[in-house]
Amino acid sequence: MNGSPAAPAADFRYIVRTEKLDMTFGMVRALTQVDFAVGRNEIVGLIGDNGAGKSTLIKVLSGVLRPTSGRIWVRDRLIDPDDYSVRMAHELRIETVHQEKSLGEKQPLWRNMFVGRQITDRFGFIRIKEERAIADRMLRTAIGLRGAGISVDSTVRDLSGGERQGIAIGRAMHFEADLIVLDEPTVALAVSEVRKVLHFVETIKQSGRACIYIEHNLANVYDVADRLVIMDRGRLVGDFARGQMSLNDLTEHMISLHEERAGGTAA
Amino acid sequence: MARPPESAAWYRRIEGLPIIAVLAALIVVFMISAPHVFLNARIYLAFLSDVPPLLVLGAGLTLVVAAGEIDLSFPSVVAFSGYLLAYCVHELGQTALAPVAGWLGLVAALAGGALVGWVNGILVARLGIPSIIATLAMQFFWGGITTVISGGLSYSLTEADQFAVWHVLVGRVGNFPMQAVWAFGFAAFTWLILNRHRFGEHLLFIGDNAAVARVVGVDVEREKVRLFVAMGVAAAFASVLLTLENREFFNTQGGGYLLEVMAAVFIGGTSVFGGQATVVGSVAGSFIIGLVEAGLVATGLQGFWVRAVVGIVFIAALVFHMLMDQPARRAALFRMLRGRAEGREGSPSAHSMGSFSSKGGEK
Repeated sequence: MNGSPAAPAADFRYIVRTEKLDMTFGMVRALTQVDFAVGRNEIVGLIGDNGAGKSTLIKVLSGVLRPTSGRIWVRDRLIDPDDYSVRMAHELRIETVHQEKSLGEKQPLWRNMFVGRQITDRFGFIRIKEERAIADRMLRTAIGLRGAGISVDSTVRDLSGGERQGIAIGRAMHFEADLIVLDEPTVALAVSEVRKVLHFVETIKQSGRACIYIEHNLANVYDVADRLVIMDRGRLVGDFARGQMSLNDLTEHMISLHEERAGGTAA
Repeated sequence: MARPPESAAWYRRIEGLPIIAVLAALIVVFMISAPHVFLNARIYLAFLSDVPPLLVLGAGLTLVVAAGEIDLSFPSVVAFSGYLLAYCVHELGQTALAPVAGWLGLVAALAGGALVGWVNGILVARLGIPSIIATLAMQFFWGGITTVISGGLSYSLTEADQFAVWHVLVGRVGNFPMQAVWAFGFAAFTWLILNRHRFGEHLLFIGDNAAVARVVGVDVEREKVRLFVAMGVAAAFASVLLTLENREFFNTQGGGYLLEVMAAVFIGGTSVFGGQATVVGSVAGSFIIGLVEAGLVATGLQGFWVRAVVGIVFIAALVFHMLMDQPARRAALFRMLRGRAEGREGSPSAHSMGSFSSKGGEK
């Protein structure tokens, strides 16, 4: 991991923390009184069914959506929701890797690594040599895609699904994100590609960063997460440290939530 | 998975090489079919004085298409800005402002183009009206406004060469038309913006996928407004070159450019889907359009043929680009042609291969 810069020294306890977060879309309550926190260098697996509120929660955390009410702290500092935005989240070193929506398909990798944060001269012209050199170093060291026949000139559409996630995660690490949010990175991936993504998540942990890992498949996230948080119908309904529950018990627990919900709608 | 080799062959790295080859081939064809015209330098000097407005418009429109948008209002800018220039030259030329009337005309024309572009940008980016519709409406509006304020009249600008601006922009150095220098300079500048500048990169990502551009922190709306302003200014500049070269303004000028400029851009190889664009290709495309027109007439075919031949060159270029850019499609086409050939010889085996690949795909 000599290629990626180390995460800065921590003078905070939680990289991000929410209190009594509510989010309503018209009549729909997407989030209800959510108290959620991620410590530094902690990998938090966020699991739950479709519509449980996982994506809404991370959209709020990454500045895409403004919560209806509630408070957010970043590095233990209270955030004014009125000027929280994607750009602001970037400045606070929170990076989100959205599924399918993080990379420009037809653009070469070196452009994808720096778009939005180009290295330019004072007239705005891109220093292409410098960007390409850094991108090349990222490919070879930080992301570990060496020898896969990929160069900085490859376009994203030449890459497999797992490799794409690797590029997006590598980019987030290069820009010294303290918290990387992965939104269902393994959806629609082959088994071998899923393994690559899990390896990238381990890389995040080793580099001293924190990660919120949203996942559908319990088995994927179980091995890499320090803590598992379960959401159901907009609420946090479970919070387990690694090893507190076996994979089987957790699966049972999830199924019981599901049955409870099915029963609830029937009543 | 097929990946291009680490260092692609040198001829693949030259932007627009295939379409430049097509342009060269066309010139050779016309040299053979009309040697008295095409082996004489005069026809090429004529191109260099006539093609520049088309070239400037094509370079500008390349940026617009790169961002996945379209601008149909530029013909009206050619008319509107032409009017502003003609007004300044013709009316202010009689007053105390005469020494600067030409330059004022240039500034007024560019400002007028910027205004039209800015309105386009607001409609498309801030109000979210699809650009094909918003700019079509603006094409009507500014065209109409030009007719109203010009009273439907033309201006003859025979005295234009008394102004310094005429000599600087469309004068001759020896026999060489200055507008060619400006047009190539403008195209080179546009190339730099698209390929080397932050703004161009933002346009490419917006054209590729606006949602991605937004996620990586590009201010999509602001960049689109800038884009349409830039296109408006480009159209105004083209209008200035055209009006000064013709020494005449008429209120429907520019109307013929709409289809020609779009043809030049797409013949050049810029993708209609956005995210991929080539200014070099658009320059070559502009000359192909100009060449076919002059070449056919010189060859002795009637002028009526021009559009039909442009259409053939156009569609051939599109197929050519598709086959160059999409190896999978190319392979499929060759397979189909081979299958046909074998089919005629009574061998049905060519189609049976397809059924294997559809099985066993993983979820």
